[in-house]
Amino acid sequence: MSKPESIIRIRDLRKSYLTGKVSVEALRGVNLDVPKGEFLSIVGPSGSGKSTLFHIVGGLTPPTSGEVVVAGRNVSTVGDAGRTELRRSSVSFVFQKFNLLPNLTARDNIKTALFISGLPTHFEGELKNVLELLGIAGRLDHKPSEMSGGEQQRVAIARALATRPAILLADEPTGNLDTANSLAVLGILRDLNRRLGQTILMITHNTEAAEYGDRIVHMRDGLIVETSTTA
Amino acid sequence: MILKLVWENVRHKPVRTLLSILLVAVPVTLILTIIGLSIGFFEDSKRRSGGVGADVLLKPPNANVISFSTVTMPSKIVDVLAGEPHVVQAMGTVVNPTSGFLEALNGIDPVAFNKMSGGFRYEEGHNLEGPDDILIDSWYASQHKLHAGGKVNISNKEWHISGIVEPGKLGHLFVQMHTLQEMVGASGHVSQVFLKLDDPKNTAQVVSYLKAKYEGYPVLSMDELQALLSVDHIPVLKTFINVIIGLSVLIGFAVVSLSMYMAVLQRTREIGILKSLGATKAMVMGIILAEAFCIGLGGTVLGILLSYASRLAIQAFMPQAIVYTWWPIAGGIAMGAALLGALYPGMMAVRQDPIEALAYE
Repeated sequence: MSKPESIIRIRDLRKSYLTGKVSVEALRGVNLDVPKGEFLSIVGPSGSGKSTLFHIVGGLTPPTSGEVVVAGRNVSTVGDAGRTELRRSSVSFVFQKFNLLPNLTARDNIKTALFISGLPTHFEGELKNVLELLGIAGRLDHKPSEMSGGEQQRVAIARALATRPAILLADEPTGNLDTANSLAVLGILRDLNRRLGQTILMITHNTEAAEYGDRIVHMRDGLIVETSTTA
Repeated sequence: MILKLVWENVRHKPVRTLLSILLVAVPVTLILTIIGLSIGFFEDSKRRSGGVGADVLLKPPNANVISFSTVTMPSKIVDVLAGEPHVVQAMGTVVNPTSGFLEALNGIDPVAFNKMSGGFRYEEGHNLEGPDDILIDSWYASQHKLHAGGKVNISNKEWHISGIVEPGKLGHLFVQMHTLQEMVGASGHVSQVFLKLDDPKNTAQVVSYLKAKYEGYPVLSMDELQALLSVDHIPVLKTFINVIIGLSVLIGFAVVSLSMYMAVLQRTREIGILKSLGATKAMVMGIILAEAFCIGLGGTVLGILLSYASRLAIQAFMPQAIVYTWWPIAGGIAMGAALLGALYPGMMAVRQDPIEALAYE
């Protein structure tokens, strides 16, 4: 049986930061393969390096050393423009604080993502389905300040999926939500993964949330210390 | 989509936006007012010099041809000039500056003046009759709320207003020539002589002839005089205008720079969001510059509107023209300053680390 194609391939990834004059090693040799279509949860305590890993995979910051290939693009060798192109075309983010543009309506937030990705800004069939699935089709003309946290996070998910990214990166997507909305958002992510084959990499503190993934990677002190599959 | 983003950004902070627009409008108004005053003054002077009906002007030696000069020459030269070839009428006048800004009393011989200019059109009253009579044009009268039959104190003398006339002939204030001659201690002297020729086509020939014969006397055709009445012929005024324009650029630059700097700071997180969505540096810079463009454009429009308001306010002291040809220039200066001012904040936004920007509270 052939090994499934890896959409994320990480080898000996290291990342050091300078905090004042002190060098902090956030990642100390991470190796990871994420097959296309997988829903991967990354868990670990604060300072474990999971956010740094997330930022490197998303092209928000370059690695110090090692190899990181995301959707066929070697993030470790491309410059700032290459990482911008990665964000524009291959990865999308869902953040804990939603990060919607506050001056724009939900519709315009989604359109902005489409525009930046160079895609048509009218909502086509697949996106309409996603909006229906997320239950926000009727809330598109509202601004973030007029929506609940759960609704804002659904808009953020819609915005992330609108550009049909190869990988959806979710950073504590339920961190600012109540239990009901958390369960709804996690359900949506799992549903998107199962129905659309969307590759999802989710960071979470919450072990119950992590269970929604196909596989859970545990990080500590800049290393992957354990990998487990979910039932 | 960028326009929408820019528009929503501009709309989101209306007070900051309006304040920035207002501050950009100030230098635009300043430029248009200064230019309008210069051109308005010269246009008014041209209109009034054209209204005399003369073809040639002769001034005393050493007199400045385009300003109020107190230099005089013996009035018998008027009769001499009247006998020159092609001259059908010579008329001397006396000019004496008053304490008002760019304002002078014009001493005239009413009969000679009426003959050369075709006469005044009276809105109130009648021509100069007594020695203390003064004629005032309606512009001056309306600014100072004067009427025929009333009194006015000019150059420390109480004058009786004999009439209010239509503007556009020589000056705003007219008195008997002999009265003014005595007043300024120049009896038997005139400040300038206007000549009417048998045919305006002979003007160049007569000017050349007079220049040769009356060496040292500035002689020029009325067309030449009108051509001299421009900003380009007064170096001090030109320098003054350039200084105002320089200051305007500086103000516009500083205002927009500060405004955009604040805007970039306030929108650090939004810039981080745009970057996380894959916005390029050019796109982020484009948004900042487009916003500055909007502020510059708004400032230009408001500045133009305010120049009308300044005209209303200044009209009482000086005629201010609305110079349409300077609208794009003043607008260009404001826009240039706005875009220049947005460059540094734009560079700040472009260089912002997306992770730090997203974490910005």
